[in-house]
Amino acid sequence: MSCEPWQCAEIAATKKANPIQKPEIVVAMIKKASRPLLIVGSNVITRQLEGKPVIDFIIDLANASKVQVLATAHIVGEFVKRGYQPAGFMTAMDIGNRIVDPTWMGLDGKGHPDLVMFVGLPYYMESLLLSGLKHFAPDLKTMTLDNTYHPHASWSFPNAGSDVWASNLKVITSKFSEGGN
Amino acid sequence: MTSKNVRVKIGEMKTNAGLIKNLELSVGKVITDNWDEPMGPTPMPHISTLRDWDFRLLNKYKPFYMPDCDLCCLCTYGKCDLTAGKRGACGLNIADQSSRIVLIACCIGATTHNAHARHVVDHLIEVYGRKFPLNVGGLNVKVEAPVTRLITGVKPDTLGDLDDILSYTESQLTHCLSAAHTGQEANNLDFESKAFHAGRMDQIGMEIADLCQISTLGFPKADPEAPLIQMGIGTVDTKKPVIMCIGHNVVPSVGIIDYMKEHKLDDKMEVVGLCCTAIDNTRYYERAKIVGPISWELRFIRGGFADVTVLDEQCVRTDCNIEAERVKSPVIAASEKNCLGYKDRTNDPVDQIVEDLATYKVPGVLILDPEKVGEVAVRVAQRVAPVRKKMSSLPELDQIKELAKKCRHCNLCQRSCPQDLSIEPAVRAAAEGDYSKLADLYEACIGCGRCEEACPVKLEIHSFILKVGEKKMIEEKNFCRSGRGAVQDTEIRSVGGPLVLGEIPGIVALVGCANYPNGGKDVYDIAREFALRRYIVVTSGCSAMSAGSYKNEDGKTLYEEFPGGFEAGGVLNVGSCVSNPHIAGAAIKVASIFAKRNLRGNYEEIADYIHNRVGAVGLAWGAYSQKAASIAAGFWSLGVPVLVGPHGTKYRRMLLGRSDKPENWEVLDARTGETVNVGPAPEHLFQSVETPQEAMVQIAKLCLRPNDTWKGRMGKLTHYIDLHKRHYGVMPPDIHQFVRTPADIPITMKDEITAVLKEHNWKESIIPDPTMIPRLVRKAKE
Ligand code: SF4
Ligand code: SF4
Ligand code: SF4
Repeated sequence: MSCEPWQCAEIAATKKANPIQKPEIVVAMIKKASRPLLIVGSNVITRQLEGKPVIDFIIDLANASKVQVLATAHIVGEFVKRGYQPAGFMTAMDIGNRIVDPTWMGLDGKGHPDLVMFVGLPYYMESLLLSGLKHFAPDLKTMTLDNTYHPHASWSFPNAGSDVWASNLKVITSKFSEGGN
Repeated sequence: MTSKNVRVKIGEMKTNAGLIKNLELSVGKVITDNWDEPMGPTPMPHISTLRDWDFRLLNKYKPFYMPDCDLCCLCTYGKCDLTAGKRGACGLNIADQSSRIVLIACCIGATTHNAHARHVVDHLIEVYGRKFPLNVGGLNVKVEAPVTRLITGVKPDTLGDLDDILSYTESQLTHCLSAAHTGQEANNLDFESKAFHAGRMDQIGMEIADLCQISTLGFPKADPEAPLIQMGIGTVDTKKPVIMCIGHNVVPSVGIIDYMKEHKLDDKMEVVGLCCTAIDNTRYYERAKIVGPISWELRFIRGGFADVTVLDEQCVRTDCNIEAERVKSPVIAASEKNCLGYKDRTNDPVDQIVEDLATYKVPGVLILDPEKVGEVAVRVAQRVAPVRKKMSSLPELDQIKELAKKCRHCNLCQRSCPQDLSIEPAVRAAAEGDYSKLADLYEACIGCGRCEEACPVKLEIHSFILKVGEKKMIEEKNFCRSGRGAVQDTEIRSVGGPLVLGEIPGIVALVGCANYPNGGKDVYDIAREFALRRYIVVTSGCSAMSAGSYKNEDGKTLYEEFPGGFEAGGVLNVGSCVSNPHIAGAAIKVASIFAKRNLRGNYEEIADYIHNRVGAVGLAWGAYSQKAASIAAGFWSLGVPVLVGPHGTKYRRMLLGRSDKPENWEVLDARTGETVNVGPAPEHLFQSVETPQEAMVQIAKLCLRPNDTWKGRMGKLTHYIDLHKRHYGVMPPDIHQFVRTPADIPITMKDEITAVLKEHNWKESIIPDPTMIPRLVRKAKE
């Protein structure tokens, strides 16, 4: 498994993401976190896995894991029309800006997230957001569920093809479905 | 402040020596002779003069940093790792460093425009003399230089005045850049304030560059009916010799066009342009053609259409000469800022230069005399055109098929592509003779060539995409309106009221470059959406071209479909990059002409007016350059929100409001001095958005202003809610923050909105006479 940044020049200096070698790590991280948040970007509508848009896999995962979902860009309606109500929606910049504020109490006002996951933003945009969090929310754990290695996250899957991505997302979902939350 | 203070200030400045002294004397002359408006408090502000105002904005819209690089390598103490709060050897942290990079970018942008202005002003003074009068619109434009008047307190009348004002901006930019030296400025907000100042100087530099060329070169003068110009590769008659000009500075092109006209060759040749030179060429010469934005540079050169390539300055690919040489298109470098390593032939006889280029003895030359550029370009084009036979460097389809078989499927192309395009599957399919996937890449490809640089087997992927898209490329035939320049004072008088009251829902300015996430059609779609909704849509630069590059169902481009006036539902192209201050100028003129606020040296008050009353938003959907950064900075400091597309995150710093913090949205009611919460209007000063749908919704929201009347607010909310429901599929979650009185509620949505208000325990508030500046509260005086 390659742990080079997906976009070749997106290199980090001294703090680089731990590679997620198997999807069970994601499951363990989510279970360990008390306030996980999953930020979902617009590419989940345009990218397909096994003939379905990625958003379908994310909804399954969110339903199984019960993590809070925040939709960026204009995609909240895509969730709603599939019968899933995200915990919130706002621009990617707005959510990043809230997360770096330690006094922000989360989407529900109950507390700051302690694990922030990303999936489906344009690679470069997600990368910069992760960089912002790495520098300005240094105690926060961040993780990406994409199939592209993001060095600025705390944890990231290595670069992989669509089949591996689909399989990882399904394994994460199934672990929650099997074992409860 | 009284004129006494101004005199003191001028006196103090007089004590300086050299150029500065001349500048101040000249300022004195203009002040006493030409403008009877009283001087405001901040004429010719220094880098810290407007710091209070900048900080007001920066505290409302705090920087959110996303460092593009964890390191600093600017001095030999480094490299320093600044990760997560570590300080470098000089004590700098990553927030300071990120804001320092913003400042440096803004300084690069602002000095570029100012150097451009300097070159054009000096050249035009040489040709027309210092006393040549400025005229940007005759009697229709009495406030000829709103930005310059506002910031400097000077009313320029002649070319010579512009020369003096540039001395001021140049000195300020030197100060701004010097603050970026190691161990100078140490606070991120102060770096930001200096970036704003660079933006102000940028606005002046651009205004001057456009003012002098409009005044001297016969450009359209504030003309809503500026001519429609043919645009697109398909409009170029490639049977004729073709001269292609790339860059931003019209002066060398003027030399070419004049020579053609003098020798009655204008029917027999084509002069085409890429990037802003293209737009300015058409302002000088209606028959010049626009090929497209910066991202078309490789397309046009590799397509072999250009018989001679003339490169001036700014946004010129630095390998244009190498690419031009491949298709045997002789190159003339025409700017001392972009010499390309060519031998300076400025003082050589024309015959000799023509001979050397036409026989390919040399691939290119540097000529710094625009008239000579003109003669050489025309004569060389005539000589080489018949022999070049439009040499193309694009491979044939069967060659692509064979070459594609060499692909190692390593994916380095996609991993190097800024658009993350699926290149490998397209190359794989091409190897099987299926070119459809390559064709699919044509629209989103920004022509950067990075895929080719990365490919281990040196496949010319961009050329593959061009070849497959060739038919589409050759069929590109559209219209762009030539840059009209300023907005007329009379237009401001007619729309000032409806704009400030919110009845015209806003001004949407689509500006900047072509680093689009998914092609230029987004720009067209956004512009058309808002024109149909009767916003005032303003375009400039590469965005003006993209806006004109698509057609409606009746086959009409945007500029044919909508009028070119500064009016509800108008789509007006102000011109090239340096024309952007006409947009800021229009907002400033609303304050001065419509609201009769004093303009002169009165920056804070006018910016406060614009920020709280004029619903203007800039969208730089494909902003890429440092110039775009400084242009944006000029708008930020005026309190005008700017949106950028997703690539704009790479500017690494946003200026964001927090709608969830009510304390951030308090203004003073100038009538009473009381504090009033006006909600997040406008919510942000600088933000990157991900999709065009999101951009449309954000634009509608960012047009809200505290001063909107209930009728205006109702209209603006209707657009916001309507766009939100259409694109997001749900009601906006924040309507309760924007409804101040029941009268604000759009009638057709009354039940829905009332339910939302109830849910949020909404309480009615007042519509104040909003200001952020305590001294503007009138009560104290009354
Ligand atoms: S300028 Fe400061 S942070 Fe940058 S390399 Fe030098 S010492 Fe390090
Ligand atoms: S030239 Fe086009 S395909 Fe190649 S890297 Fe640039 S944008 Fe991507
Ligand atoms: S970089 Fe070249 S060899 Fe590698 S996948 Fe792309 S086209 Fe093929």
